[in-house]
Amino acid sequence: MSIKRAACIAGIYEHPTRHAPDKSLAQLHAEVAKGALEDAGLSKDDVDGYFCAGDAPGMGPISMVDYLGLKPRHVDSTDVGGSSYLLHVSHAAQAIAAGKCDVALITLAGKPRSEGMATGTAPRIVAPSVPDAQFEQPYAPTIANMYAMVAMRHMHDWGTTSEQLAWIKVAASHHARHNPHALLRNVVTVEEVVNSPLVASPLHRLDCCVITDGGGAIIVTRPEIARSLKKPVVNILGAGESPKHTDGGRIDLSYTGIESAGRRAWAEAGVKPADMKYASFYDSFTITVLKQIEDLGFCEKGQGGKFVADGNLISGVGKLPFNTDGGGLCSNHPANRGGLTKVLEAVRQLRGEAHPRCR
Amino acid sequence: MMATKRNILAPVANVETQAYWDAADAGRLLVKKCLACGEPHFYPRALCPFCFGETEWQETNGEGEIYSFSVMRRAEAPYAIAFVKLDAGPTMMSNIVDCDFDRIAIGQRVKVVFQPSNNGHKVPMFTPV
Repeated sequence: MSIKRAACIAGIYEHPTRHAPDKSLAQLHAEVAKGALEDAGLSKDDVDGYFCAGDAPGMGPISMVDYLGLKPRHVDSTDVGGSSYLLHVSHAAQAIAAGKCDVALITLAGKPRSEGMATGTAPRIVAPSVPDAQFEQPYAPTIANMYAMVAMRHMHDWGTTSEQLAWIKVAASHHARHNPHALLRNVVTVEEVVNSPLVASPLHRLDCCVITDGGGAIIVTRPEIARSLKKPVVNILGAGESPKHTDGGRIDLSYTGIESAGRRAWAEAGVKPADMKYASFYDSFTITVLKQIEDLGFCEKGQGGKFVADGNLISGVGKLPFNTDGGGLCSNHPANRGGLTKVLEAVRQLRGEAHPRCR
Repeated sequence: MMATKRNILAPVANVETQAYWDAADAGRLLVKKCLACGEPHFYPRALCPFCFGETEWQETNGEGEIYSFSVMRRAEAPYAIAFVKLDAGPTMMSNIVDCDFDRIAIGQRVKVVFQPSNNGHKVPMFTPV
């Protein structure tokens, strides 16, 4: 069974806040749920599937279903970090194709900014029962220095430079200036990125995404319902997933999980990189974007640095405009999880709702 | 030389891994090897992650080379994290210590040293040969 055209994205909402000390976490989930339903032209009673991940308070979906007053016949709380919501879109399409639900609601929210969280630079404490914990925690891995090791190896293998990585931030900043809600709206230069303080070598402060409060929601529904609503229909063509790991110590940073996940998604959708006029890439760090560009086949392995340079990712300038809302690098990274907002901007592009300067 | 003075979180061993940490306290670095397929792996498991065969502890020469690294500058005391490819086969996460952080390089040969964690138990780290 394929999910190709089995379901559509009928509603989206991105919370305008980037700093919400005056709102509770559950409240943010409710506000984005309401926003996405209004966008779709559906009501709360239409929701019969609910999807959330580790940012939602409580046990799996249970507490949020209670708080939101939902009565779903299908739930899924798959949590794989920031990309959870992409899997939710795929899983919702699968559930709809299998007749398990008709209107699926996906929510994300978080408040790391008002909580003062050192998202990328403080080692995270995990339970001792997590099997890798005792073999990693003594060495103080953080989000930043783990991605930094990927960048360091890429530079070693392919001669990629900090200046090339910086172009990714520069492109995001060119888009963010058109987004009134973006946290960082100033256009930055390559020089400003490489001269910003080193966080974890070779990554600088401006190679990192923002830390923001906020959230977003998505409504996935069956095509006949989507066609009865007022918004342009956005079809789901394909998806792939692949949790990469340390492979018993055969650690290989030359590829990411998206290499095989992408292969499956391209195959299911029946499209190829050359067909793409826009791309949403997860952008926790500049290197994250570069690795996806290579592993999804937008360029040859190792050529990502050359591909992203000289404005190739800037709308109206280059061949592959990306994250035209400013992305996580400049606009929003709610709950430290960037997957959901990437879907939102892709939907805006397909609907023709993205900023006119970035379409 | 840059002093490495930071709070090293003590590993919390369990029945599956106690022998690894006992060996570290005694100044030895162990890996696990599969009795069925013969493959070494890291981090150590009771059942092989490649074939689910039974495994046994294996001594290493404590040496390897740096596969990748990063110097964490935004920290109270800067430190170097790395993946070290052991001569024994697997690659493990560790820290590079007792050296000039600006001279760490991918491919550099390193050897194990044992540093005390915040409860006194020793943790394997690496320093340039």
